[in-house]
Amino acid sequence: MVYLVGILLVVLLGVAIAIAAKLQKVMKGVQPENQDDMPVPNNKVNGALWIVFLILGTIGVVASYWSAKDYFLPEASSPHGRETDSQFWFDMSLLTIAFFAVNFLLFFFSWRYQYKKGYKATFYPENHKLELIWTAVPAVIMAVLVFLGFRTWTQIMADAPADSQVIEIMGKQFGWIVRYGGVQDNKLGNYNYKLISSDNEMGIDYSDEASMDDFINPSEMHVEVGKPVLLKIRARDVLHSVYIPHMRVKMDAVPGMPTKFWFIPDKSTAQMRAELNNPNFDYEIACTEVCGRGHFAMKLRLIVEDKAAVDTWKQQQKPQLSLILESNPKFISKIPEKLRAKAMDYAPYVEEATDSTTAESGSAAATSASLR
Amino acid sequence: MSVVEANLDHDIHAHDEHEHHEELNFWRKYIFSEDHKVIAKQYMITGIFWAIIGAAMSIIFRLQLGFPGANLSWLKPILGKWITDTGALDPNFYLALVTMHGTIMVFFVLTAGLSGTFSNFLIPLQIGARDMASGFLNMLSFWLFFVSGLLMFVSIFIETGPAAGGWVIYPPLSALPKAHMGSEMGMTLWLASMAIFIMSSLLGSLNYITTVINLRTRGMTFTRLPLTIWAFMITAVLGVISFPVLLSAALLLIFDRHFGTSFYLSEIYIDGEALPNVGGSPILFQHLFWFLGHPEVYIVLLPALGITSEIIATNSRKPIFGYRAMIASIMAIAFLAFIVWAHHMFVTGMNPFLGSIFMFLTLIIAVPSAVKAFNYITTLWRGNIVFTPAMLFSIGLVSLFVSGGLTGIILGNSALDIQLHDTYFVVAHFHIVMGAASAFGFFAGIYHWYPKMFGRMLNNTQGQIHFWLTFAGVYLVFMPMHYVGIAGFPRRYYQFTGFDFTKSFTDLNMFISVAAIFTFFAQFIFLWNFFYSMFKGKVAPQNPWKSNTLEWTTPVNVGHGNWVGEIPAVYRWPYDYSKPGSEVDFIPQNIPHSQTPESNFPHENEYIAQEKEIEAQNYNDQFAAH
Repeated sequence: MVYLVGILLVVLLGVAIAIAAKLQKVMKGVQPENQDDMPVPNNKVNGALWIVFLILGTIGVVASYWSAKDYFLPEASSPHGRETDSQFWFDMSLLTIAFFAVNFLLFFFSWRYQYKKGYKATFYPENHKLELIWTAVPAVIMAVLVFLGFRTWTQIMADAPADSQVIEIMGKQFGWIVRYGGVQDNKLGNYNYKLISSDNEMGIDYSDEASMDDFINPSEMHVEVGKPVLLKIRARDVLHSVYIPHMRVKMDAVPGMPTKFWFIPDKSTAQMRAELNNPNFDYEIACTEVCGRGHFAMKLRLIVEDKAAVDTWKQQQKPQLSLILESNPKFISKIPEKLRAKAMDYAPYVEEATDSTTAESGSAAATSASLR
Repeated sequence: MSVVEANLDHDIHAHDEHEHHEELNFWRKYIFSEDHKVIAKQYMITGIFWAIIGAAMSIIFRLQLGFPGANLSWLKPILGKWITDTGALDPNFYLALVTMHGTIMVFFVLTAGLSGTFSNFLIPLQIGARDMASGFLNMLSFWLFFVSGLLMFVSIFIETGPAAGGWVIYPPLSALPKAHMGSEMGMTLWLASMAIFIMSSLLGSLNYITTVINLRTRGMTFTRLPLTIWAFMITAVLGVISFPVLLSAALLLIFDRHFGTSFYLSEIYIDGEALPNVGGSPILFQHLFWFLGHPEVYIVLLPALGITSEIIATNSRKPIFGYRAMIASIMAIAFLAFIVWAHHMFVTGMNPFLGSIFMFLTLIIAVPSAVKAFNYITTLWRGNIVFTPAMLFSIGLVSLFVSGGLTGIILGNSALDIQLHDTYFVVAHFHIVMGAASAFGFFAGIYHWYPKMFGRMLNNTQGQIHFWLTFAGVYLVFMPMHYVGIAGFPRRYYQFTGFDFTKSFTDLNMFISVAAIFTFFAQFIFLWNFFYSMFKGKVAPQNPWKSNTLEWTTPVNVGHGNWVGEIPAVYRWPYDYSKPGSEVDFIPQNIPHSQTPESNFPHENEYIAQEKEIEAQNYNDQFAAH
């Protein structure tokens, strides 16, 4: 645990206090001596402290990393996520070497070359060869890192495969709403922000036939494992940002400018639960662009499961049109005349109900299909 | 002054000064002063005041993050209604605190406080000028800054609270009062305050540039300027080019807020109503903002690096290694600073191709930065290091600059930034590399030039203790923050209880908060030292650090006009420390080579011939002509 770090803090504090006390004492003892000799008091103590800091710091960094790494995110659940992760740790290991090397030299030299009476510093204003080397070496390393990053970035940002599951996700204060293309045409219909109302939260445009069977969900997104997912991202009011930590997915939701991100979720929720030995594990979608008071609580569950399970879930979802017509039958007047007949298919069929499913909250879409 | 007057013999000028003296009244001397040294102190005191407020705000939100659910009722006397009856911090006010902390620290403390103090104080003293090019503009610059601060200060106390959309104030959140309490009156005041701040900053910057170019003393060529001056001048250039862009961004935002334009607004439905605005782009704001925002990082960092260069050379008793490379890397960093802004926007939906370009340009910055770090380290090598508090802070700065800069290589990589963007990894990165490093530059500068400012010495031992506690504190706060970021914790979250993936690390967050509080209280050692020594400190010698630069040739208590009599001429670069052959380990810039035959390099003997020429030069002594 991080208790180690806690203990380190206490130790450091103790050292600091001890040193402070010592410094005061040393200072009192030294002060009467000639000022020319030693320009400031406690030069030796401070020199030694660099080494103390170097040692304690190294221990602290290593120990804290060791205790913290158990709490990092588990292995990414998407191929591109594993790619960026491995690149992150590759870069990080290079940088850690540089971090220790440079800080070591800095602290070691500070200690090693502390003021000594009678010593004269070396007049060493430049060395072009040395400067050339330490310009060139970082430049080459950077070139490699840029190349690696560029390759990965281009792959991630390439167009989504044609067989992707297309899901729309819209951020609003303070939550997400997802929209699926429906089970009949599996195609997202148009939307228009001017059509947004308390009935029609995403402003789905019902003059587009493809919209009719679209269903929405404000709490869950179900996706099929192993198949690319294309998120079509938009925002209703202010900036939001779709963030799926376990998938290493992040993309801003911008009002007036749809964005997108595609990824392959290749570990199902069940698989993750087994791997992590945590029966309550769930993928989560969060917001990472500050959007107001409820920014910290914009949560949506992401369920990754096999095709059959996703299909069953989809069947259970009522098209939004059905829900609207159920609560507000007059809504039909807002639909263009030529599409009204089709829209009526989605209306609750209390009158013409045949036998079975009226009572069940089940699958309006499936029933309406059977009526045709 | 006219050319004819400037041509007069210098000896006459010396006599002229006595006629020039007229006692200024209290208001003109200390409040509406045109003296660069007084203005510098005004900036410093104001900067320290804001630093205390900004840091205290961070302590309040660290309490919230480290001890979620703790009863904060004891803060009610200060925060009033922002603490609910159950003792919880209001989430709106949490965001306001985060926003104000960022704004105050970046603009008021590290831009105005750092540049304002040291550019004003050191430019005339180190280049050998009587004052800034325009004392009046300089005064105006400070008082505009003061008014801007006043507006921001007022905004903290209004009913709806100060601006609260993050210091980057991205619209539409900041443009729509309905979207957020912090976007109401608080945002209006923020924008007004920033508009005035930008004017202040521009006046200051123009003055710095003009002064450095026009008022250098005889012999002070550009290649003899101390690195501090190079850093201040290039910082001022950055400010002049980038701040107007922020002003335009702010103006367009003001139009969107108050006059119904749609620069940043499009297709918005809020509060049960679809707004008529279409065609605007929130991304446009981000481009404009970061066109300032990124150079801003260097506006706060470069002066700190300049200060460090000077202090490290002086206290290592060695010339700075690679003087010309240092200048070149400052220029390279400054140039690159303008063409990397979009690395803050990799995942905003910007064209991915742009992302590739900006990744490439961003990672190039690592090269001049690395050169600087290596040059500092080589300067220490085989030095004879004196650990004044200023020196400690300068070495600490280099450590932070390196440690924080390295993670920038990760964040500048667009592919890796996908996961890390807007997480605590970013917070850790920039707090170390720009926040703490620049603050260390501020401290180093104060410790080093305090004797020149107040004619008294700070207590060295207290300064050393202050350094070690702060240095340890900064690492203890921000190293663990990287882990929180790697675990994916988003920034600007009021609490981490809402998500399963942020359930861990509660004790690490508590640790960070404790370390932050510890570091905060360590600063009181400095405050005590600072104010106590002003009145009771040991009286300073003329050149306490045995430094080469011109400011140490002025009297201990520098009067109006800086030098009594003639301004010294300059014959050499400022880094002749421990020169072979010389008996003393420093040769100030105003010592001609003809006086140091024992330590001259062969090529330097040629300079002796030029000495007469330098002495005969015309120069702009503002006091000379009257």
